[in-house]
Amino acid sequence: MAEAQNSPEDLRRTTVQGGPPPAGSTTAGSIAVAAESTVATRMSAPPSFDVADFPVPHGREEEWRFTPLERLRGLHDGTAVANGAGVKVAFDAPDGVTVEAVGRDDERLGTAGTPVDRVAAQAYSSFEQASVVTVPKEAVLTEPIRIAVHGEGGTAFAHQVIELGAFAEAVVVIDHTGDAVLAANVDFVLGDGAKLTVVTVQDWDDKAVHCSQHNALIGRDASFKSVVVTFGGDLVRLHPRVAYQGTGGEAELFGLYFTDRGQHHEHRLFVDHNTQHCKSNAVYKGALQGDDAHAVWIGDVLIQAAAEGTDTYEMNRNLVLTDGARVDSVPNLEIETGEIVGAGHASATGRFDDEQLFYLMARGIPEHEARRLVVRGFFAELVQQIGIDDVEARLIAKIEEELEASVA
Amino acid sequence: MATLEIHDLHVSVEAEAGPREILKGVDLTVKQGETHAIMGPNGSGKSTLAYSLAGHPKYTITGGAVTLDGEDVLEMSVDERARAGVFLAMQYPVEVPGVSVSNFLRTSATAIRGEAPKLRTWVKEVKETMQRLHMDPSFAERNVNEGFSGGEKKRHEILQLELLKPKIAILDETDSGLDVDALRIVSEGVNRVRETGEVGTLLITHYTRILRYIKPDFVHVFANGRIAESGGPELADKLEAEGYEAYVKGGVSA
Repeated sequence: MAEAQNSPEDLRRTTVQGGPPPAGSTTAGSIAVAAESTVATRMSAPPSFDVADFPVPHGREEEWRFTPLERLRGLHDGTAVANGAGVKVAFDAPDGVTVEAVGRDDERLGTAGTPVDRVAAQAYSSFEQASVVTVPKEAVLTEPIRIAVHGEGGTAFAHQVIELGAFAEAVVVIDHTGDAVLAANVDFVLGDGAKLTVVTVQDWDDKAVHCSQHNALIGRDASFKSVVVTFGGDLVRLHPRVAYQGTGGEAELFGLYFTDRGQHHEHRLFVDHNTQHCKSNAVYKGALQGDDAHAVWIGDVLIQAAAEGTDTYEMNRNLVLTDGARVDSVPNLEIETGEIVGAGHASATGRFDDEQLFYLMARGIPEHEARRLVVRGFFAELVQQIGIDDVEARLIAKIEEELEASVA
Repeated sequence: MATLEIHDLHVSVEAEAGPREILKGVDLTVKQGETHAIMGPNGSGKSTLAYSLAGHPKYTITGGAVTLDGEDVLEMSVDERARAGVFLAMQYPVEVPGVSVSNFLRTSATAIRGEAPKLRTWVKEVKETMQRLHMDPSFAERNVNEGFSGGEKKRHEILQLELLKPKIAILDETDSGLDVDALRIVSEGVNRVRETGEVGTLLITHYTRILRYIKPDFVHVFANGRIAESGGPELADKLEAEGYEAYVKGGVSA
């Protein structure tokens, strides 16, 4: 395991590089103590709702350098056009929850964050109708809100808003299946003291392309928990992003991906500690197997000068099961005030190699069971975070299925 | 009575300049209840013998035979050998991230014994064995070998030896890197297993120090890929006094 780990004491080190990662992987991290944020300035354009504000990427930009543009099916250059048979969205919401289809001019759209790249801006510029799901203040839901997004083989642009009133509590499951080319923005707006858990499952068919920016805006003393589960699709590129609207907010960002032969899974996190006494904790874990399986994890955390009392930690771990897979893991922590509780990051990419296999088999454990043991153990702590039985069971079954496929 | 028979074993590894022969005809018979010390200088092929017996894919058997109670060991996969009763305590045990010691031990015991051990007796068995090896109970919740000190790794190997009760135990430099206290604890573990009389032990070591704690019945000097001399415990005393020089002249391998 190559590992770069930092405690507040060694924040002044500007670059942290881990030990030897597996061949074909990068695990670089940095902690910068900067007067001005480079998280923002190294993007090729400032955030905007208008696609025209972003140049068409050529692939060498910081935010695009890991992504195979030719597989975006035109989402990045304006050639992707929505067609009627895009995606079908079904809502299943408990009593008391409002689900509305609204037009582009609805004032609740786009309040949690602004598109940060051309594809997200394209999605915002192109959707015709948005969905707004509202949980009234102080409503405590006992059943999850389920949103099933099923690809029908076409191209679609979407916008969804999940809004929780003050002290409301809800669990939302957004489930993606089928085949589609989909670009979307999803806003999560948490009122003061609200608690929201969002589980997004990317269980796409093999050819699907999915780019989505998740914007969470966390109210005073509110808690947001996001669990991102990605194992399908040809290319999935997600931006889970968090900002705070008041003090005392908490964000937990969990992610789990299983990247197979030829798949590209990219998760680009950004936590903007823009106000004081907020917490964030990010844990993403991925397993990879097969030729040209490529996982990218970017973990940007910015602690602004005003964000005294911040407590943040982020971690990414990758388990490379076979040769031919590639991981790029880049944690990046930027700190503009020293008056914080804690800040750290860790990134490690290890391979399930012949020596591990030999060790387990030398204890009588058959090969397929050895692999299963390692992968299930690796994901266990994250699977438990999901907290929704049917999703957990499906995920475990999916992991087993992937492993069976690799043995066969 | 379980017997491991090694006959004229030749083993090669792939090197840059093509296959390089490391074992050049090893003959050895280890019976249940016996302890054989294999001693030799660095590079003499001791560890190659250990890993070849366990079936490590890096080593190619180019000649000879290995049988356990008449069964062809070389035909078996790594896990089959373990289930047949061959155990290798490794010099450098491997980290297995995400797999706890307790899960690992139970999975292994289930595979070796052919059925899952009854939970209540199993928990007790593990706990008591760990206690005897001076291992803290929290050890069971850690990931296999992850962040273990050298001494912890060796104790963990011997813990497995005690729980899995093999017919043939190969201990590859279990003493290396241990301080005196740890060496004593680990040796006591090995001796508990030996005292059952049900295990044949192949103790591979560079130093005579461990032989003060684990008394061998036979001592073999390993040099240049084969056994150069065999004798009783007195041979170890000779090595202690004279070193390996007499065996490596003219035929040193790196």
